[in-house]
Amino acid sequence: MTAVGTSGAAAFLARHEGLRTRLPGARLDWVQALRERAAAAFRQSGFPTRRIEAWKYTDLAAVTGTVFGEPLTGIDDALDLPLTSHPRAVFVDGRFRADLSTLAGLRFAVESLADVLPRLQDRLDALARPEEQPLAALNGMLFEDGVVVTVPDGTAAGVLELLSFATLSERAPAYHPRHLLRLGAGASLTLIETAAGPATARYLHNPVFEITVEAGARMHHGRLQQEGREAFFLSTVYARVAAGGTYDNFSLLAGARLARNEIHVALTGPKAACHMNGVQLVADGQHADTTTALDHAAPDCASRQTYKTVLSGRSRGVFQGKILVRKIAQKTDGYQMNQALLLSPEAEIDSKPQLEIYADDVKCSHGATVGELDAEQLFFLRSRGIPAAQARAILVEAFLTEAVETVADADIRAALAQAVAAWWRRQGSAGGIEVA
Amino acid sequence: MLNIENLHARVDGKPILNGLTLRIPSGEVHAVMGPNGSGKSTLSYVLAGREGYEVTAGSVSFDGQDLLALEPEERAVAGVFLAFQAPVELPGVGNANFLRTALNAVRRAKGEAEVDAIQFLKLARARMKVLNMPEDMLKRPVNVGFSGGEKKRNEMLQMAMLAPKLALLDETDSGLDIDALKLVADTVNSLRGPDFSALVITHYQRLLNHIVPDRVHVLSAGRIIRSGGPELAEELEATGYTASVAAA
Repeated sequence: MTAVGTSGAAAFLARHEGLRTRLPGARLDWVQALRERAAAAFRQSGFPTRRIEAWKYTDLAAVTGTVFGEPLTGIDDALDLPLTSHPRAVFVDGRFRADLSTLAGLRFAVESLADVLPRLQDRLDALARPEEQPLAALNGMLFEDGVVVTVPDGTAAGVLELLSFATLSERAPAYHPRHLLRLGAGASLTLIETAAGPATARYLHNPVFEITVEAGARMHHGRLQQEGREAFFLSTVYARVAAGGTYDNFSLLAGARLARNEIHVALTGPKAACHMNGVQLVADGQHADTTTALDHAAPDCASRQTYKTVLSGRSRGVFQGKILVRKIAQKTDGYQMNQALLLSPEAEIDSKPQLEIYADDVKCSHGATVGELDAEQLFFLRSRGIPAAQARAILVEAFLTEAVETVADADIRAALAQAVAAWWRRQGSAGGIEVA
Repeated sequence: MLNIENLHARVDGKPILNGLTLRIPSGEVHAVMGPNGSGKSTLSYVLAGREGYEVTAGSVSFDGQDLLALEPEERAVAGVFLAFQAPVELPGVGNANFLRTALNAVRRAKGEAEVDAIQFLKLARARMKVLNMPEDMLKRPVNVGFSGGEKKRNEMLQMAMLAPKLALLDETDSGLDIDALKLVADTVNSLRGPDFSALVITHYQRLLNHIVPDRVHVLSAGRIIRSGGPELAEELEATGYTASVAAA
């Protein structure tokens, strides 16, 4: 077992050693092999440091300096679950809770990964790259549960909510859920993912998603990260989109002390499309990092990215966006925009767009801006009787509008509006505009 | 109502207003005319409370209050309205939402009941009809993609909705065709009454044919150098500013 008081990569490697015979799938050779491969990769890499290019702007010292424990089982805090009419899969401290989930009568399969692990040999690590992403290696070594969603060909699955809650615990739990989603040809699914926890709880949430979108299928993935302010949220999404398929990802990063939202999307068939948009709301003491990697690996594909970051107090935001256009990917239409709004002189944003283009007939552009609130707009609003704090909120909302409007799915848009309003309340502001 | 005494102000360290004195009693409309660079826009910004306009001497009282001590939003609540020479665009902010937010901010500050969305639309539609504004201007982002005339009419819509005690019209006539000019004048004239005053800043006499002022003042180098009745505007139109400036 883990020695009390150890932290960093060694502690997680020791935990893997100690739990080797008890982790889910311990009796399955292929799972063992997968975990050993992940452990070997993680032993090699450790937690990424800022010397690694992909982690240049995000320092994990606070994570490696924390002593994490294992999540307790069977805690039954009264969870304040948001009530919606959608089917939902609920995870508490990284473990699936059938008792809190409502999944009856669906036309597609939603299962606990721990329950169906023996059937997942062709899906686990089909997309994840533990040798390249240390956090995926950490996840592979120690995952215990996750959601497995399988939408049959041609099925319109509607909305599914994935809720991950942390409970308040002295043990600073670390958990590494692995979520697998597969949309069959022509299928569709809207996944609204919420991650939240108590304000003072310290924990590490390290989910890895592997998402396969088959030909002509369409997935909307809305992510509302509202973890507690002491939490570490390190998330890696891998998506592969076949011909004519669409993967839309909208991520709100509003919570956590340190958040990394890393998304790898490969467009592997002609006319596949990807929209990646997001909003980072970063307040005093927070660090938020969105890192995207888009692989145009087939011709006639389109990708759009719009990311907006608002920073207040002493905070830091990061946007890194890589677009790779392979030689075969002629007629690629790629666009990336990231904009930051600094509300405080102590806030900092690092932005690194990166285009790598090997095809010769492509349309690919990117842009980045960093600015402060416009003094003239602020004066205009105030001259109409709107108090300064409210005027600022209106301008911040206006700044976010462009990204929020990209959310095609009405359910995700509604959930997002609520999350942004909640963020404003936490900032002590009643918010901005009144809707006429 | 408005009492400006010996006002000195500078922008970026440069003196623009140099001892301006002007009194506008309740119910009166005064015009301030003057050549470019005489300080007309600075006067309106100082009165509305824009940052960067530093008052170095003098005083401004409005309705018995020290206007210069108030924040811009407090001045609006007190009843001051500035119609911008170049109305500001607000991408991402819907015009209707903006108007309602402003209206309710002022009403809240005055302790009046807020208007709900339905009441608001009723009020706004009635005003827009008079201003000959198509209703889709409510849905569009504030001033974004508006023509020059639409922007000025939108300023007039805001003024009509907020019903100020003192309107500062900063070259609202610039760039307007005759129809839009008449709509602006009609809006101002419709508000005229014992509790409404206006300071109409303009370069040309044209607007003053439609908003007939009680007094006309000539501003030069940051001071009022001449004052007179409406006929002064006509004289200036005929002789130009140079003669007045030279005489002063």
